Amino acid sequence: MAHAYSATVKAGARRSFWPVLKDWLTTVDHKKIAILYLLGGTIFFAFGGIEALLIRYQLMFPEFDAIPAQLFNELITMHGTTMIFFVAMPLVFAFMNAVVPLQIGARDVAFPFVNALGFWLFFLGGLMLNLGWLFQAVPDAGWTAYVPLSGPEYGGFGINFYVMGLQISGLGTLIGAINFIVTIVNMRAPGMTFMRMPLFTWTSFITSVLILFAFPPLTIGLVLLMFDRLFGANFFDVSQGGNVVLWQHFFWIFGHPEVYILILPAFGIISEVVSTFAGKRLFGYSSMVFATVLIGFLGFMVWAHHMFTTGMGAVANALFSVATMLIAIPTGIKVFNWIFTLWGGKIRFTAANLFAVSFIPTFVMGGVTGVMLASAPANFQFHDTYFVVAHFHYVIVGGIVMALLAGCFYWWPKMFGRTLDERLGKWTFWTFYPGFHLTFLVQHFLGLMGMPRRVFTYLDGQGWNTMNLVSTIGAFLMAIGVIIFLVNVFKTAAKPADAPSDPWDGRTLEWSLPTPVPEYNFRQLPLVRGLDAWWLEKREGRTHMTPAEPPGPIHMPSPSSLPIWMSVALFIAAIGFMYAKEPFSAGFVRFLFENYIVGIGGLAMFFTCMIIRSLKDDHGYHIHPEEAEGEAAHQ
Amino acid sequence: MKRWYKAGRTALILAAAAMLLAGCGGALDPQGDRAKDQYFLIMLSFGIMVLVMLVVFTLFFTAVIRYRRRKGDTGDPKQVAGNHRLEIIWTVIPFMLILLLASFTVVFAFKHDEVIAAEDAVNVQVVGHQFWWEFNYTDHGIRTAQDLVLPADTWVNVELSSADVIHSFWIPQLTGKTDTNPGLTKTVAFKTGDPGVYLGKCAELCGPGHALMDFKVVVKSQDEFNAWLAGMKEPAPAPSTPAAAAGQEVFGNYCISCHAVESDKMSLGPNLKGFADRQTVGGFRENNDKWLREWIINPQEVKPGATMPAFGDMLSEEELDHLIEYIRTLK
Amino acid sequence: MSDVHAHAHAHGGELPPEPERATLDGRNRILGFWMFMAGESVLFGSLFATFIALRHSVLGGPEPQELFSLPLVALATIILLTSSLTSVMAVQAMHRHDRKGIQLWLGVTVALGLAFLILEIYEFVHYVHEGHAFTTSAFSSAFYTLVGFHGAHVLFGIVWISLIIGQVMVKGLNVITAPKVYIVSLYWHFVDLVWVFIFTVVYLMGMMG
Repeated sequence: MAHAYSATVKAGARRSFWPVLKDWLTTVDHKKIAILYLLGGTIFFAFGGIEALLIRYQLMFPEFDAIPAQLFNELITMHGTTMIFFVAMPLVFAFMNAVVPLQIGARDVAFPFVNALGFWLFFLGGLMLNLGWLFQAVPDAGWTAYVPLSGPEYGGFGINFYVMGLQISGLGTLIGAINFIVTIVNMRAPGMTFMRMPLFTWTSFITSVLILFAFPPLTIGLVLLMFDRLFGANFFDVSQGGNVVLWQHFFWIFGHPEVYILILPAFGIISEVVSTFAGKRLFGYSSMVFATVLIGFLGFMVWAHHMFTTGMGAVANALFSVATMLIAIPTGIKVFNWIFTLWGGKIRFTAANLFAVSFIPTFVMGGVTGVMLASAPANFQFHDTYFVVAHFHYVIVGGIVMALLAGCFYWWPKMFGRTLDERLGKWTFWTFYPGFHLTFLVQHFLGLMGMPRRVFTYLDGQGWNTMNLVSTIGAFLMAIGVIIFLVNVFKTAAKPADAPSDPWDGRTLEWSLPTPVPEYNFRQLPLVRGLDAWWLEKREGRTHMTPAEPPGPIHMPSPSSLPIWMSVALFIAAIGFMYAKEPFSAGFVRFLFENYIVGIGGLAMFFTCMIIRSLKDDHGYHIHPEEAEGEAAHQ
Repeated sequence: MKRWYKAGRTALILAAAAMLLAGCGGALDPQGDRAKDQYFLIMLSFGIMVLVMLVVFTLFFTAVIRYRRRKGDTGDPKQVAGNHRLEIIWTVIPFMLILLLASFTVVFAFKHDEVIAAEDAVNVQVVGHQFWWEFNYTDHGIRTAQDLVLPADTWVNVELSSADVIHSFWIPQLTGKTDTNPGLTKTVAFKTGDPGVYLGKCAELCGPGHALMDFKVVVKSQDEFNAWLAGMKEPAPAPSTPAAAAGQEVFGNYCISCHAVESDKMSLGPNLKGFADRQTVGGFRENNDKWLREWIINPQEVKPGATMPAFGDMLSEEELDHLIEYIRTLK
Repeated sequence: MSDVHAHAHAHGGELPPEPERATLDGRNRILGFWMFMAGESVLFGSLFATFIALRHSVLGGPEPQELFSLPLVALATIILLTSSLTSVMAVQAMHRHDRKGIQLWLGVTVALGLAFLILEIYEFVHYVHEGHAFTTSAFSSAFYTLVGFHGAHVLFGIVWISLIIGQVMVKGLNVITAPKVYIVSLYWHFVDLVWVFIFTVVYLMGMMG
């Protein structure tokens, strides 16, 4: 039984390989799913990072011939798609899973099974995207996959891996979002009103709402592209009455909220880390909440600022310009609130805080170039140049990645029972951060000087050589930083799991729990009496949260293998539809694919699993108070 | 007092930057009206942003330096919930800065969407192809490619579209970019500057040849432009040497099916009337015999993804020499 | 995760008035389903936007006015609207703890849904004969994707409701099956509402040109 597992671990017993693997493959526990997302995101980060290094290597010298044009286009496509969908998003989900239920005083998310399904769909989607490498048919139309370049006439077979991979993982992301919305609305501990929720939970909530409304347009865009490519539809076929700009609208109605989906949780992490290590409550909590909501809302009003140059006309361009600039205001509010949280504090510069604090000026730099880009007439010069590349890397790497690193150092003790090495953490910072600036600061100037993006090479004599070289050197410096971080992770894994439960004098509920966190999180749901609920209790002299309920049997959901089967089923279905017209030499294989047996079979398998899940009621199992108490005694 | 000091310092930084950056070319060295407007907006927005960054960085560095925890100090700092006045200030001031930028933005957005009356401008139909640019002077019935020849200090209307995928028409020193979409047309106007050769680039990923899909804007004086127009309408002169005549025959056997040599004819590939006077081979290589030869032998080696077939195996060395000599007569 | 069974037993076997909301899990599922429908609304909204953008790109194929037969579509609409009403009756039966009533009314809903689907399939086959197939034009691709997607939702709903009828038959009405009945009814209303929009945007607007 699963709860016996934590007891045997504490007793020092070792379990053999297969039960451990099975545990992880069938878990519905949000804490384990968080670690799965972390692992998945890191694996894809290796892919995306190597792609980046190859890109920068090719661009080190003018007219360099290390990487041919076609491969280069594949690399930039895969780098962008992988980093956004299969690195940033899962890492964000990792922290949401690890932290949100703990921060609101809940025992798990609302739908643990759906949580696991979301992870496996993400993972299989990522595998699908990268499958093309094995078949030398890699998507090559950019992460934005504009039609007709990505369509049936001009797009290679590789685009299918993109179309299918993103649909599968998109489904996972969507159901993950629904899960967090319901969890946060329905499962907060007694006393935790919305305005007593930690900022990270607030940002997770708004992010989930954004996902709910932003992913369907992407899904539809991908479906329409899939129909054009595989079934002869005419959505984007100009000769049959289709419209190429339609794809861009769908993509960016998703794409713009997507970047807020990525950055809002990062904002949440920064709010937590900065206030903890300054020793002060977050300055302007209500405006922070309000600003987050406003950013989320406005984020849906600005998508066409990615399309200024498509010829929409002055009215549309002017409107979208102004709307985009307005987002700077709530964002600025947040920046000032963070600075004034630090102001008057007693700041401790742990590795986590080093990353969090440097987020602030770096993100501001990225944000101001965003406002520059927002001006449509100026955008006609900036668009599709390295200025844009510089801007988004400043906000994504200088923003999101810094926040994720801060989150790692901050929450590692709670997630893994071990604290990452502080010295190695600082070495990571002092290689990665300067390397980052070296890579991307010069790119602003390259863009202004006329270097377009997505170019596999550039001619000599344009004055771009030195800056490109500098940029590449910076990229390799960042790689060193990442390697140091990975060394840190492995070194830490070898340490005993004896991290304190509240190493940073934390303010929020996760730090009130023992480390390692019991399977059921809270023996008794806590009573929340204010903002920064844990800190409040500590400063009034208590060592534990006051319980809000008597001890009783705790109901736990059962693990299940259905999530992984369902994801595999969709994977099979996608392969079936993609290869339906493939001229296989083996007659039987050809028969299976031609008649859509594989495709429809995969779908049938998926729906069968759904029916099984629906008909078989999950009664779960119970952990009784005495057992739970026994564990508590071991703390 | 501090704020004036900051503003003055900002202005100085900007002036110095502007002078330095002009040496960088591209959008930072505008030569046409549109580009000059865009440069103004870039500088204005940059200036406002530098101001914002100075304020934020000053506050930030002060906070992280001054409020570090002193050794042994274990007490809590004062918990501050907020400050209404500050919150209002940092909402209102950014709003006003944005209002400033937005006003100029809106004005220019409308101004730059204006198209010039056809009688008062040079009208060119621009069609993007993978990976070359087609230019048709609709008022004169002239079709050409790769070199966009224009008179100085004159307004030009370009009617943009694409024959295949989305490209984007960009001349950094003269005007910002506008996408060329298949199945749709968009007309934009820009004014040329002084005579000279300006770089044009494709600015939308369109395949392997995207990076090399350059074109040149050749701005001539009004008289020279008129002469060019006249010259383009004249039929190609008959080849004067036997080699060139032989080359014409080779051309007739291999090239004429895609490349017209009279400016009033349509063709699948670039119209080659006036090729000998063009700036480039393939849109980005110097127009000399070496590159022309390499191009004809294997276009994909020069420009990945080029849709012109490779003729290296089909032509003997002699045929190639003759062909090139003939092409040199296409003035 | 709440203790669903303890709660059920606490009432001594008697069902509470709104059994679907009696447990945390039930309330979670209902809220979760509303969120799902919000996402689906955007999904269908995107398909509507596509259809509206491309509806004039008929490209030599038959025009909407030539194709659509309003009487048939009106009949299908009435059938679907009625099935929504019968699903309401099923939920009311649930609130009366009337197990047989649930099965009856859900059964009628399934039958009406099937009738709708049959009419729609007949309609599509007819259109294909008239030269309006999926690959004919941008308009036709948009038409079949939007209306077909809705039809797929109807099919899914028919299967789902049938499974719920089966579950109520076998397991009875309790705090676990009650939310399922409620949610499937919500789903069916959603599908019906989407149809109202399709009827308006595709068929009525199509007839008007």
